[in-house]
Amino acid sequence: MKKPGLKKRLRVKNIFVFLIVLYFGFQMFSVISFLDLNNVKGVAKYYLENDIKDTQSANVVTSIVVNYRGFDTLGEVTVLFLAATGLGAILSGHRKVKKQKILANTMLQYGSKPLLAIVILFGAYIFIHGHLSPGGGFQGGTVIATGFLMMLLALEGYEIKHGYVKWTESLAGLTFVTVGLIGLVLLGSFLANFLPLGKVGDLFSAGVIPIIYVAVGFKVGSELTGLLDNMMGVIE
Amino acid sequence: MNVVVIITIVCVLLMILASYFAIKTEDLVSAVIASSVVSLMASVLFLILHAPDVAMTEAAIGAGLSTVVFLIAIRKTERFEKDEEQ
Repeated sequence: MKKPGLKKRLRVKNIFVFLIVLYFGFQMFSVISFLDLNNVKGVAKYYLENDIKDTQSANVVTSIVVNYRGFDTLGEVTVLFLAATGLGAILSGHRKVKKQKILANTMLQYGSKPLLAIVILFGAYIFIHGHLSPGGGFQGGTVIATGFLMMLLALEGYEIKHGYVKWTESLAGLTFVTVGLIGLVLLGSFLANFLPLGKVGDLFSAGVIPIIYVAVGFKVGSELTGLLDNMMGVIE
Repeated sequence: MNVVVIITIVCVLLMILASYFAIKTEDLVSAVIASSVVSLMASVLFLILHAPDVAMTEAAIGAGLSTVVFLIAIRKTERFEKDEEQ
């Protein structure tokens, strides 16, 4: 049953969509090409000028994400937590793992175990050095989750202990909130930097920023690992 | 024209081609791979624009993890798009 004229209507719709995309692309281009990046104003100027003095963090992005806008990051982590929990709630009760039809070959099975350690080390490096080099809790956590994904794909019947994942996640979230509350009690504002700032470029510098980013890394890593495990678990 | 401009133009053209392919193809696995190419090129662009933090996020989440999530979802449902007119 073909409806007459559907093809034609679709073509008209496509042209219309194309014109809209072209218009917004042109608008974006005109906005971006007139940005004056050498002459920032307002809040951005404050961040760029006072970052070293306020936080002693070599990476300005990290000090904005974790320190100046730390409350937003708490919200972001909460959104991710809710998404992972929601997925778990939808997929729970369907846990029937069938045998994989094609097994991974022996090289992959044995090679993936030492590789997991290296992947986790790299993820930990990314979030521990979040205040010194590009990267941070979200990126490092994702890298760790992909390491566990490799194990789930390579080894048949690999199981992630849900108890450990939940405890890690809860403790990390609790650390974030506790550090924030200590700042509130000692210095009068949530997530205030109550630790000594140290020197720019040292591993132990920038006050509470590394602690919070390590907590975020653990939280994101365990959340995404749990999410992937939930999704892999449901095979008809 | 220096090298950076050429890389930028190649990346943008690849992104446009890949996203068009992702819309048009009926094989959902190909569509997911094409959208992961879009994310990868976007992360190269972020690196050129001096935003390494965003580039890392885009490469890890956009090109890596979300592709995997889509692929797992496709494995559990159907691989090919049904014809809309039938």
